[in-house]
Amino acid sequence: MKLHEFQSKRIFARYGIPIPEGDVATTPVEAGAIAARLGKPVVIKSQVLVGGRGKAGGIKLARDPAEAERIAGQILGMDIKGLKVKKVLVDEAARIQKEIYLGVVVDRATKRAVMMASAEGGVEIEEVARVSPEKIHKVSINPFLGLQPFQAREIAFGIGLEKDLVGSFAAIAQGLYKAFVGTDASLAEINPLVVTDEHKLLAVDGKIVLDDNGLFRHPDLAEMRDLDEEAPAETEARLHGLSYVKLDGNVGCMVNGAGLAMATMDVIKLFGGAPANFLDIGGGAKADKVAAALRMILSDLNVKSVLFNIFGGITRCDEVAKGILTALEEVKPNVPMVVRLVGTNEEEGRRLLANANMRATTSLVEAAQLAVAAARGEA
Amino acid sequence: MSVLVNKQTRLLVQGITGREGEFHTLQMIAYGTKVVGGTSPGKGGEWAAGVPVFDTVKEAVNATGANTSIIYVPARFAPDAILEAADAGIELVVCITEGIPVLDMVKVCEYLKHTSTRLIGPNCPGLITPGEAKVGIMPGHIHMPGKVGVVSRSGTLTYEVVYALTQKGIGQSTCIGIGGDPIIGTTFIDALKLFQDDPLTEQVVLIGEIGGTDEERAAEYIATHMTKPVTAFIAGQTAPPGKRMGHAGAIISGGTGTAAEKIAALREAGVRIARHPVEVADLVAETA
Repeated sequence: MKLHEFQSKRIFARYGIPIPEGDVATTPVEAGAIAARLGKPVVIKSQVLVGGRGKAGGIKLARDPAEAERIAGQILGMDIKGLKVKKVLVDEAARIQKEIYLGVVVDRATKRAVMMASAEGGVEIEEVARVSPEKIHKVSINPFLGLQPFQAREIAFGIGLEKDLVGSFAAIAQGLYKAFVGTDASLAEINPLVVTDEHKLLAVDGKIVLDDNGLFRHPDLAEMRDLDEEAPAETEARLHGLSYVKLDGNVGCMVNGAGLAMATMDVIKLFGGAPANFLDIGGGAKADKVAAALRMILSDLNVKSVLFNIFGGITRCDEVAKGILTALEEVKPNVPMVVRLVGTNEEEGRRLLANANMRATTSLVEAAQLAVAAARGEA
Repeated sequence: MSVLVNKQTRLLVQGITGREGEFHTLQMIAYGTKVVGGTSPGKGGEWAAGVPVFDTVKEAVNATGANTSIIYVPARFAPDAILEAADAGIELVVCITEGIPVLDMVKVCEYLKHTSTRLIGPNCPGLITPGEAKVGIMPGHIHMPGKVGVVSRSGTLTYEVVYALTQKGIGQSTCIGIGGDPIIGTTFIDALKLFQDDPLTEQVVLIGEIGGTDEERAAEYIATHMTKPVTAFIAGQTAPPGKRMGHAGAIISGGTGTAAEKIAALREAGVRIARHPVEVADLVAETA
């Protein structure tokens, strides 16, 4: 789960990281009032959960409250990569001398958290990693010790920070690691961390990605989820304990298991079709869950055929078949369906579906070919 | 003809009195796995699935000589269960549980570095040596004893591939599901080493997916250390970037972790790449 910039920075502030003064506005008038209260030039920043806000025109400077109100009016309601801007952050504008990148991520290879910094802030760290990896300084953090002061100093000197800033940089690095651990994050970054004209460090932009599996420990953070930023079908899927991602194709698919669901999408593509979604109904899915999943697939009007690929293990084919029947009664779809059931109770499952006007097969390849042909109107 | 689990496996089930734990214990016993007991704190002295239940892993190990454990406890208690098994000297711990916080696994893996315990998982289907022992939740009947080692980050996708192998009459030495989480105990490289050193495994099937760079590291290892042929399938070629595809670890982030990169790296290392799961069996048959 991604947090907004303003949420991330407020969390950073709790861990002693200096952030600009500012507040969130949902109307131009509010934005103007915040700018008036700050009494300084401000930066108006759209709060949407995508990168590249600046390039899209979603971040702009305003010299006075009137201009802040006018610019907020332009940015609010703007569409950035398919997301509508509903909130702006109005921050005091920092006078910037230098931009730094500082972040903590979980490194899968070393099975530890790693802190990374680069003297080139403000750009995406992945870009720096690709173009000039030698500019990134990394330290591996022992989870039982946490980030040590010497490690923070190593990074500070590594990126060529002036000596008088090393102490405050180390405190920010320690705060960032504590924020990362304290929120069960999988990523926490300050980008950029700037050196101001007053020669102080300031976290101008921030980002936290939370580990969904850690949310049970943080009900306060779980509440920060912005449903506006999630496709409605994905929200509904989450509430049903399903894993759903909408795609652009027209062959809907329902599969048990994430790996098999991805493989099923790939096979659809291989045989000339395009998957409409990723959908994993999980292990041991019962009829009601299957019905919810089918409703979700069919709510996508691009769907021209549906492929069910169930490899029964813990999941029983007869349970899935019952769910399909329940959903069919309710939804009365008019798209062709292909079902492939293998594994636990497959005969019973196929018997249940015999009268449901679906194409049944035991071969994955054949199932995919049938579903692709059906989506083209060839079946 | 196997790695990690076999007829000498003496299995302890942690969380045996739960619904999943008891159900799968019965299934594992029916397959022929030697299940020697289970644990469930506070239920020591009772019986479940026909085996004795103990309060602690230490007690169970002392009483039964268990050398392997499988964990079915909920995510918030699973890290503790792994540590308890390691502390009791269990050599192989298999954690089925899905949904463990990543930073908990960071700590667990750091601790395990200083023990001789090997962890498989979490968020995995377990492992099986066909005809000898099933330590997991996979449907046993689709497997067949043989000489192909299988290692995979996925569950049902592995069943799909194994089913295709068995249908072609190609048996498996051991099938290891290493799990779909970002931080896992046993990685592809660890499993490949085991298969390379197992005299009775003749070739290996690797089933990967988007996210992370474990497949790329495996490719490096294959190129430099493996003499046995490897066939691979990588799931997620049609997955969009930035979206988590079910598994916590299956996400393309910042342009890394794509199927295309993994396939390129494996191909470079001489690995044959199947275009779909069923084709894995065809490629393996050509080499056998």
